[in-house]
Amino acid sequence: MVGPKETQQPNGFSRRSFIQGVSVGSGAAGALLATPEAKAAGGDVVGPGAVSMTLRINGRNHSLEAEPRVTLLDALRDRLDMTGAKKVCDRATCGACTVMVDGQAVYACTMLAIEAEGREIRTIESLSANDPVPRNFVKHDAQQCGFCTPGFVMACQSFLENNPNPSQADVEAGLSGNICRCGTYVGVRLAALDAAKEVKGGRRRGY
Amino acid sequence: MATKYDWPSAADRSVIGRSVSRLDGAEKATGRAKYAYDRNPEGLLVGRLVTSPHANARITRIDASGAERLKGVRGVVLIKDIGDEVQWTGAEIAAVAADSEEIARDAVRKFKVEYEVLSHLVKEEDVEKAGNRVVPGQENTEGDPAKALQEADVTHEGYYGAATITHCCMEPHGNTVHWKGEKDITVWASTQAVGRIGADLAKNLAADSSLPKVSPSDIRVITPVMGGGFGSKFNIDSWGVAAAKLSRMTGRPVKIMLDRDEELQMAGARPSYFGNVKVGAKKDGTLTVFEVESWATSGVGRGGNPALPYVIEPPNQRVRHVNVATNTGPARAWRAPRHPQCAVITHCALTDLAHKLDMDPVDFFKKNADLTARPDVYRTEIDKAAELIDWKEKYHKPGEGSGHVRSGLGLSIHTWGGRPHDSQCRVVIEPDGAASAEIGSQDIGTGTLTVIAMVLAETLGLPVSRVNVKMGDSSLPPSGASGGSTTVGGVSSSTRRAAVNALEKLKEKVAGDLGASSADEIEAKDGYLRLKENPKKRIAWTAACRKLSTETISEMGNQPDRDGGKLADSGVGGVQMADVSVDMETGIVTMNKMVAVQDCGLIIDLKLAESQVYGSLIMGICSALWEERVYDQMSGIYLNADMEFYKLAGIGDIGELVVHMMTGVYDDRGVIGLGEPPAISPMAAISNAVFNAIGARVPTVPVTPDKVLAALEKKGGMA
Repeated sequence: MVGPKETQQPNGFSRRSFIQGVSVGSGAAGALLATPEAKAAGGDVVGPGAVSMTLRINGRNHSLEAEPRVTLLDALRDRLDMTGAKKVCDRATCGACTVMVDGQAVYACTMLAIEAEGREIRTIESLSANDPVPRNFVKHDAQQCGFCTPGFVMACQSFLENNPNPSQADVEAGLSGNICRCGTYVGVRLAALDAAKEVKGGRRRGY
Repeated sequence: MATKYDWPSAADRSVIGRSVSRLDGAEKATGRAKYAYDRNPEGLLVGRLVTSPHANARITRIDASGAERLKGVRGVVLIKDIGDEVQWTGAEIAAVAADSEEIARDAVRKFKVEYEVLSHLVKEEDVEKAGNRVVPGQENTEGDPAKALQEADVTHEGYYGAATITHCCMEPHGNTVHWKGEKDITVWASTQAVGRIGADLAKNLAADSSLPKVSPSDIRVITPVMGGGFGSKFNIDSWGVAAAKLSRMTGRPVKIMLDRDEELQMAGARPSYFGNVKVGAKKDGTLTVFEVESWATSGVGRGGNPALPYVIEPPNQRVRHVNVATNTGPARAWRAPRHPQCAVITHCALTDLAHKLDMDPVDFFKKNADLTARPDVYRTEIDKAAELIDWKEKYHKPGEGSGHVRSGLGLSIHTWGGRPHDSQCRVVIEPDGAASAEIGSQDIGTGTLTVIAMVLAETLGLPVSRVNVKMGDSSLPPSGASGGSTTVGGVSSSTRRAAVNALEKLKEKVAGDLGASSADEIEAKDGYLRLKENPKKRIAWTAACRKLSTETISEMGNQPDRDGGKLADSGVGGVQMADVSVDMETGIVTMNKMVAVQDCGLIIDLKLAESQVYGSLIMGICSALWEERVYDQMSGIYLNADMEFYKLAGIGDIGELVVHMMTGVYDDRGVIGLGEPPAISPMAAISNAVFNAIGARVPTVPVTPDKVLAALEKKGGMA
């Protein structure tokens, strides 16, 4: 699992300045405050009120209004009704919220929506039942209740695009950032290895 | 006595017993399936809970004004009031509903509660320290255990147990509720019981006289999919009642799903069980006596009684059990309640006794299979499991081996009922050829939807792709809650009977055309209705249905049904064996392989049955090696109520898993539930494998590295 990159955004906002903003603004509901300290930390300060943003998701632009503290996961689920990514731990542990950002798997619960502006976001909604990863998840019954499954599918999609021809050990390392409670790992192993024969590192859809 | 409802013989089955992929698999794997958490109806408000930071306290003051004043907050309801006691951290006190989750969280922070803090107890491992929190439980004596212990050739005493674990459902508990009109409530519930939630909510709302009176039939519960329950999701719970009240108050739909820490603290726990055991046997290995002083905690409640001794019942027994009332999240049913813990206490003690007898545990358990309810089942399954794990080749005496990584084998056996629950099904056949089963059951991830479709398809002689299933909706014919492995027997029986009844009506329609004098002479096979005696005389399914003209066939099937044949049964046995490696320097246990051999009568869908067993093994590996609810006695706080330190297995932690279903052997018994039995043995089998590897007993599960090193230390080091 690859975490979000520490890149400066077009709006001058970075993950680091957010964290510093929170540390000085504690007690204010985690909102970004336009304190002198935050300004000194570099970059323009946005919020705490809702701001306009445009997210590029599955090749299409989506405009929305959300407070800077809103995570990418909550923006997808609550603002855009894209509920495939699931909220389970909300603390970057279980992987149920996995999406791809600029071609890498990311925990959407741990990236702010404003951080994702200007980046290529790909969600489970971009995949159809005929795509290799979901199809092989069904074939090998790599799911029971299914709540962890979309995150697992996206983690698997990203892993296979970045790691063609994996061994079982590679799959186990590559998907170690996702947790399933029903116990579907045997099916996931088989699904990933079978799907690998078809995905072959191709960015199939060009985004 | 044979009836028209009986399952077709093996030679006659075209669908049942095959491996069919789950029919809602694509919906789930592409994120299209809508869970309760995913419902975003127009005007939705998001609710969050105010919870107790204290393990035991009395509420002295509640001030909701700060929360209510916040812009975007639409409603506040109290769950507890001034003067009420809260008895565990995370206990729910109030709920707020707001325009967004962020605002709801802000409101919770501004909601002020003051407490008189009371003394608490949150740990029960040391029963001596539990004082007046000890509540007497079961006392039972059979035979003369004292005399039997005296007369036994070999005896053994030991302490064993299993820590409390939590359900940690991936989709937390919760609902999206819309109270639209006076008598019109919709609940999108994450539940194992669509048929029970309405009555539960109506009863809870009736306690508030300011609300209009609603009956269960005014409440529609919708659960096409749900994200895991494992025994913890049968009720509407305080947060569901609060969501309904907030919806009534605001006129808008309200969603309250628990936070992860709330989910772990208050929405389900499997009780611990600990016990001091004395066992005795004759020289030849025959178990003669089992004594245990056991204790457990189920939270502040009384708790249940243990299932001790487990499966193997010697003639002389004594059980003395107490419950320890702790200020911890209350217990809920967890796959095969009590059985996994009692398997640890019994089968670990018996494995240690076998060691004292200098017996291979396989020989010991086979010998004592006579003390079980199904000796032949266990002997056959032990032999099969031993073959699959290569026991003869790999087994060594406990502690034998060299090097810093030692491997070992262990086994456990289990039993479960799995009787069919009550169920009604309606099968509808329409003139255009559509065939549907309508059943108010729910698919909790086990594959119930697919099983119903397979039974319907088999009975109507159609491929699975040509039948429909409507379920997960309380407006459909009622079917039992999905718990205790009762669903598959219930829904397959009611669906079979409804389908036979509906098919009979269709046969009557075409009897004349086929030249049959009665429906009995006709069978449905391969998409045709045809004469049994002359299969060439046939009519295609769609052509047969067209004969209905404007009529629709709609027939019910019930479970139970006195005249409906015996389609389901209860009572199974299963055997599991584990192969582990233990690093003697770090104490880390690694899974090499696990084998499960399981009987469950007639299997409908082999692929999904195997999935149940794989899942059980993996859940069991979690609780054998890592999983544990950890409280701090000083603060009374649940320390690991998250998914980082509440440790579950990842995909690289499980080793090789082998599942062997006893297909074809017990088919005549009919369908028997499978969700619980394979979830029972993993902890005991793995603990026994660790014992075999290192020659020292780690008394309790989870078998964590610190406990392995402590056991080695006690034994006198690595040698």
